[in-house]
Amino acid sequence: MTASKRVTVISSGLLILFLLGSVLTLGRVDRLRTGSSLQDVLYITSPQTVKRLSLGYHGLMADIYWTRAVQYFGGQHAAGLEQFKLLGPLLDITTYLDPHLVVAYEFGANFLAPKPPNGAGQPDLAVSLVERGIRANPDAWRLYYNLGFIYYFEMRDYAKAAQAFERGSHVPGAHPFLKLLAANMAQHAGDIQMARMLWITTYESSRDKDIRRNAAAHLRALKVDEEVAALEKMVNDYRQRTGSAPTSFAQLISAGMLRGIPVDPTGKPYQLMSGGRIEVANPDDIPFIVNGTPPGYKPPTKVDEKKLDAALPRQ
Amino acid sequence: MSAIEILGLEKTYSIGFWRKRPKRALRPLHLTVEQGEIFGFLGPNGAGKTTTLKMLMGLVFPSGGSARILGMDMNDPRVKAQIGFLPEHPYFYDYLTARELLEYYGQLSGMPRKECRSKVEAVLRQVGLPDVSGLQLRKFSKGMLQRVGIAQAILHDPKVVFLDEPMSGLDPMGRREVRDLIQQLKNEGKTIFFSTHILSDAEALCDRVAIINLGELRGVGKVAELTANMHGKVELIWRGAAVPASIRALDAEAYVSGGTCRAVIKEEQQDRAIDALRRDGLPLVSLTPVRATLEDYFMQQLKPAEAPVEVTA
Amino acid sequence: MNNRIACIAANTFREAVRDRVLYNLIAFALLLTGAAVLVGQISIEIEKLVVINLGLTAVSLFGAVIAIFVGIGLVSKEIEKRTLYTVLSRPVRRWEFIVGKFFGLAGTLVVNTVFMAIGVFLALLYVAHRWQKPDGWVLVALYFIVLQFLIMTALALLFSSFSSPLMSAVFAFALFVIGSFAEDLRGFAAMAKGVTHWLASGAAYLIPNLSALNVISSVAHGEAVAGRLILYNTLYALLYTAMALSGAVLIFQHRNLK
Repeated sequence: MTASKRVTVISSGLLILFLLGSVLTLGRVDRLRTGSSLQDVLYITSPQTVKRLSLGYHGLMADIYWTRAVQYFGGQHAAGLEQFKLLGPLLDITTYLDPHLVVAYEFGANFLAPKPPNGAGQPDLAVSLVERGIRANPDAWRLYYNLGFIYYFEMRDYAKAAQAFERGSHVPGAHPFLKLLAANMAQHAGDIQMARMLWITTYESSRDKDIRRNAAAHLRALKVDEEVAALEKMVNDYRQRTGSAPTSFAQLISAGMLRGIPVDPTGKPYQLMSGGRIEVANPDDIPFIVNGTPPGYKPPTKVDEKKLDAALPRQ
Repeated sequence: MSAIEILGLEKTYSIGFWRKRPKRALRPLHLTVEQGEIFGFLGPNGAGKTTTLKMLMGLVFPSGGSARILGMDMNDPRVKAQIGFLPEHPYFYDYLTARELLEYYGQLSGMPRKECRSKVEAVLRQVGLPDVSGLQLRKFSKGMLQRVGIAQAILHDPKVVFLDEPMSGLDPMGRREVRDLIQQLKNEGKTIFFSTHILSDAEALCDRVAIINLGELRGVGKVAELTANMHGKVELIWRGAAVPASIRALDAEAYVSGGTCRAVIKEEQQDRAIDALRRDGLPLVSLTPVRATLEDYFMQQLKPAEAPVEVTA
Repeated sequence: MNNRIACIAANTFREAVRDRVLYNLIAFALLLTGAAVLVGQISIEIEKLVVINLGLTAVSLFGAVIAIFVGIGLVSKEIEKRTLYTVLSRPVRRWEFIVGKFFGLAGTLVVNTVFMAIGVFLALLYVAHRWQKPDGWVLVALYFIVLQFLIMTALALLFSSFSSPLMSAVFAFALFVIGSFAEDLRGFAAMAKGVTHWLASGAAYLIPNLSALNVISSVAHGEAVAGRLILYNTLYALLYTAMALSGAVLIFQHRNLK
């Protein structure tokens, strides 16, 4: 082999070898850095400064910060930390750089407002963020919806919620539920039907994976709440009819009240406890439920993403 | 063992971005140069001279053919230690001094450091730059740079020296000095292969020449033999103010200046011309054979219609 | 072989040192560090923060500029000025030339960084009046910056081995900017689906991950740098540099020097 050929072969081989090596090493470096990188992300906390530094490329910068917000929340969520203190500033900067990034306001509404571990627990911040979004994007009906949502669920201010839904219902292309929600708010505030309508609207109108997953999980929890309430009512009816509480579902079946053993959305049968209470087999598997939990039950501080994923309809 | 054997070296470039058109820079070239010769590689600009040299140096990869230098393949690294190269319009690291440059080159050629020092001084003197070793190259004139170029080519005492247009940009004195230097190198037993388009230099220096045009070899041989092949002419000078009609009829070039006439006629016609002068009573001043110059031969070879002349190789 | 590489490296170093552009850049960087001292006097607590952040960023940016500009000239300039021809007509292998050039420029950058680092430490001493233990981590940050330089130099050399100085500059700068946002690129890739996901992930791993080598802000807050991170970052930088150099050697080996 001539010298030249030898050099070619050796350098090609080395090239491939080093390429593989660098990719593998990079993976290692990545894993070591996940925690520390976030500090760098928000070294500059002033939105104005960031905008100036982006030298006119605000759109791109906004996308970069948006990506970081999504990664960060995903990371925090999985890590189970209760303080999402950086989420607010991140979204602030993102929306300052690109006021028309509607999905960022939505993300804030869905994840800044709820209490930990499901969110940052900062509903006021969420409200001001979404209001800013509405000012910049008056035609984005989803933002009015998000505003109403925060008022309804996190702040229990039904009047303001109705107001927000009302404003939003006038925007062309708005989801028809907005009018219904505004109209029924006075009478049915706090009802499970309201809640279901709200979560369905969220699920159907958002394209963001995290938001949809969250909404699906809530809908599933609502279903469980309803089923538990209905089953407990059934138990009560049985007791009133027969004079004694049932001890198993079989009795209810033979009484013609049930067609089969009722199962929860995870496929496990509901448990009939003494005293007529209905409980789910494993409450940790179904986040967000209110009914059907054992007394003194505390939901886990860490929200398991897999449990949330299970709520989504199978593709 | 020949100094240089070029065995069918050729180079074709692809020009253009989408539809690649081939451009033949050099057709297969066959040439041999013996040791101790001064060999001239002649041709107009763009003929393929520099391409050939670059292929021999390994700077450009041939499309076909090969070459041997001192019996070894041209790509053999051992060859590089025995040859020196001066590129056309050389330019050197202008932030270095002449001494630093030559020491750098010397070390790259494998000379031990101590030997480097003394050789650098010696070679600078040899090329006629004795006092400039401390001066930065950016301050050198064109002629001085050319000489530094030759210095780096001969620093490591190579057996074969390749020079690409060594006289370019030099004034007549500089050209003379370089010519003397080349002759000196020959006296040291080196083989010189140089390319040029200045024919008078080649004529004065070379043992043999090759003429190349449009990538094709048009003629190789000793200078004297190449020119001797051309039909000679004679120059006739006589005193008078007129050119006899009979001489004009010979289709000769005639010039009149002052009281003297001058005509260049073919050798065979000289008797007829002398008779014509005698008849007209014009006194003959001189009759001198005019040797064809290399230039004449060159211009003739450049005519594309004619087949190249094959003389002794 | 080693002698020739060392020779070329030394010559490259000499060229860089005598090139006056270098001095201007260093002076500018030092000035910037001085400015940091002034700026930091806004608040006593953040004085040190600003000095370290601004100083190290200046070192990093200016060093990158030098690495790119000089690195690009390394091969292109030699061809343009035909100095390369006289080098390669000697018993110098083409790959030795590339490697020698690399070491020459790398050496220049290290020396450069040392001088600029002295400036930063002096500024630090001035504002804090004494050195504290966390300042040691600034050295680690500087070490990482040097690793960044090695990568940029190798890349500049790679581009320089086959394209013109202008295009090489464009490519090198583009990679510098993208490489600084490498982690975000990986974030994008993670969010994408299908073909885009694979393409973006591929790109994210091929570009030089300069963001991984940037610990300036954490060091400014006095945080320690994990030993394992130092180890793996070193390994990554060396592997990536070696890869770029292999590419440069490969390309240069087959280039016709017209």
